Amino acid sequence: MLKDQDRIFTNLYGLKDKSLKGAMARGHWDGTKQILEKGRDWIINEMKASGLRGRGGAGFPTGLKWSFMPKESDGRPHYLVVNADESEPGTCKDRDIMRNDPHTLIEGCVIASFAMGAHTAYIYIRGEYMREREALQAAIDECYDAGLLGKNNKHGWDMDIYVHHGAGAYICGEETALLESLEGKKGQPRLKPPFPANMGLYGCPTTVNNVESIAVAPTILRRGASWFSSIGRPNNVGTKLFMLSGHVNRPCTVEEAMGITFRELVDKHAGGIRGGWDNLLAVIPGGASCPVVKAEDIIDCPMDFDGLREVKSSFGTAAAIVMDKSTDIIKAIARISAFFKHESCGQCTPCREGTGWMWRVLERMAKGHAQKREIDMLFDVSKQIEGHTICALGDAAAWPVQGLIRNFRPEIEKRIDQYTHRAMAHGAVLEAAE
Amino acid sequence: MSVRRLADEAVQPASFAFSPENAAWAEATINKYPKGREQSAVIPLLMRAQEQDGWVTKAAIEAIADMLGMAYIRALEVATFYTQFQLKPVGTRAHVQVCGTTPCMLRGAEELMDVCKRRIHAEPLQTNEDGTLSWEEVECQGACVNAPMVMIFKDAYEDLTPARLEEIIDQFQAGRGAKVKRGPQIDRILSAPEGGPTTLNGADAEPAKPSAPRSKKTPDEAASIPPSKAARAKTAAAETDPSLKTPATAKAEAAANTKVKGNARDEAGAKSPDDKSRPTGGKKPR
Repeated sequence: MLKDQDRIFTNLYGLKDKSLKGAMARGHWDGTKQILEKGRDWIINEMKASGLRGRGGAGFPTGLKWSFMPKESDGRPHYLVVNADESEPGTCKDRDIMRNDPHTLIEGCVIASFAMGAHTAYIYIRGEYMREREALQAAIDECYDAGLLGKNNKHGWDMDIYVHHGAGAYICGEETALLESLEGKKGQPRLKPPFPANMGLYGCPTTVNNVESIAVAPTILRRGASWFSSIGRPNNVGTKLFMLSGHVNRPCTVEEAMGITFRELVDKHAGGIRGGWDNLLAVIPGGASCPVVKAEDIIDCPMDFDGLREVKSSFGTAAAIVMDKSTDIIKAIARISAFFKHESCGQCTPCREGTGWMWRVLERMAKGHAQKREIDMLFDVSKQIEGHTICALGDAAAWPVQGLIRNFRPEIEKRIDQYTHRAMAHGAVLEAAE
Repeated sequence: MSVRRLADEAVQPASFAFSPENAAWAEATINKYPKGREQSAVIPLLMRAQEQDGWVTKAAIEAIADMLGMAYIRALEVATFYTQFQLKPVGTRAHVQVCGTTPCMLRGAEELMDVCKRRIHAEPLQTNEDGTLSWEEVECQGACVNAPMVMIFKDAYEDLTPARLEEIIDQFQAGRGAKVKRGPQIDRILSAPEGGPTTLNGADAEPAKPSAPRSKKTPDEAASIPPSKAARAKTAAAETDPSLKTPATAKAEAAANTKVKGNARDEAGAKSPDDKSRPTGGKKPR
């Protein structure tokens, strides 16, 4: 188990002083100027060496992403945009960072902006996080007053951080949709290329990073890449905020080492599964867009990118939604389909039409009012959506449905049988075909 | 996608103006963005208008579009795209937004909605008789470890039971909403587990010493999968078989395929409209 001294978010639950003074006492903002003095290349190389993979779901190496920014400005300003549009069902880690440990994020913004030659950072918070927005803004104001931000600040790198917010659209968590939204438009993703590192916000070079990726950077640079990469398994290193929701005894957010097994994670921090381990039905391991995994596959699975890939799912944001045997799994996935249908931006036809189609079929399947051949048709529809859209929302909508069919096909068939059986009992007459 | 339309003309007020305090705030907000990019402020301004009036009126959308130099349609599409904007009046004392997405559903969000249906209105987005309360089902509000939860205006009320929600609704109906405890309604601290945190509680506090690197392994050693593919689930679908020839993998064949000799129409035997051997009688296509 990870020791408290190796945890990055030391005030995750807001038990300690949240002010700048309190944050400094816990070691934040310590030697930021010395880190900047080591230079841009050192920072990026150190981030690459640390093996940090983006914490927003896709797991792209953060150091590599930073290195894509042009080395020299061609006259256009560079921007850092922090993605705090945390809307994936099951995910609520950035919320705790912003309301309880905001200085990790602000310091990270300064370092990351320096590494990519940006003087301006925008933090895009989802509209529902109003109190979190206020807490973060208060922390930023404190830093301005203390001379840590703004023009001619103590670090010698002019830096402005602005907090921007959305208004309830899941799709704005996709990086190009977020940029569109930040420009004051509908959040409809852009085609890539051009990638944001060349043409991003206002047509200028931009890097979009998740809150957690930015917030862990200062501690990594202070303690060294080798410290961070010594935690976890190769290619899946570091610490991570895990969220346990659903049918566990004590749902919580907790920082743990990558690669911890699911059993250890739940037993240590969430007080076990409701009704014991034998009562576990399935887990959605990384937020709603990840395929569901059966109990026997996940119990001893290491919780990291490669471990969950092995069980045909995905690590996502490490937001495990736990379901015990009382769960109606078809209904649970149908609700996720309803979510994606609601949140599709409507730009690409496969997603706009397909998400609603899958939802309608699943609603019927949840009652059993369907034909068995429709299971294959549903799988086919999901395959037609996956990979045929501009952004990954199409994939995200398809994967839970594919996971359901792959793992729980007998359950769907049983439900259909029960429905037809009941229908006959109620007097429907079966006639032989001609 | 969901269809969202502006409220009926009958309930739309004739005009909109920010209060002096909000107008100053709006000015400062617009200044956050580079010159010529004032449009960026449209979402924050619309949200402020909603906080001021309780909902987003057509007059407010048009006034804000004028402030930012936007075409009305651009502001209208923003107001209808983002679901947090209430396009018709909601309860004045409380608009209860029940999160109904799977993590909350698993922990009993449906019972919370039953309470709302019984106490407020059978249908979502309808106010009760005196116009003080309304409710709706919303998608994930990002408090999944505190499920089930509701949002009422700016605050989240988490770890609810149907009985506790009824009490909260009572308080808001009586105009005492500000007195209700915010956040988790049971004995827990924010997102820490019930009964006290399992970490960060000083249980394993030791004299701080630099932790020695446990092993010297470079992250590249075991990187068998390119990171860009890492989040993708393994699939056995036929169309993803790497041995398939596609224009991306077999460029030469694809290029050869697109080459044509001369005019493809002639080769196929199609006749030009001016061809003499074309059957007469029909009109020349234009």
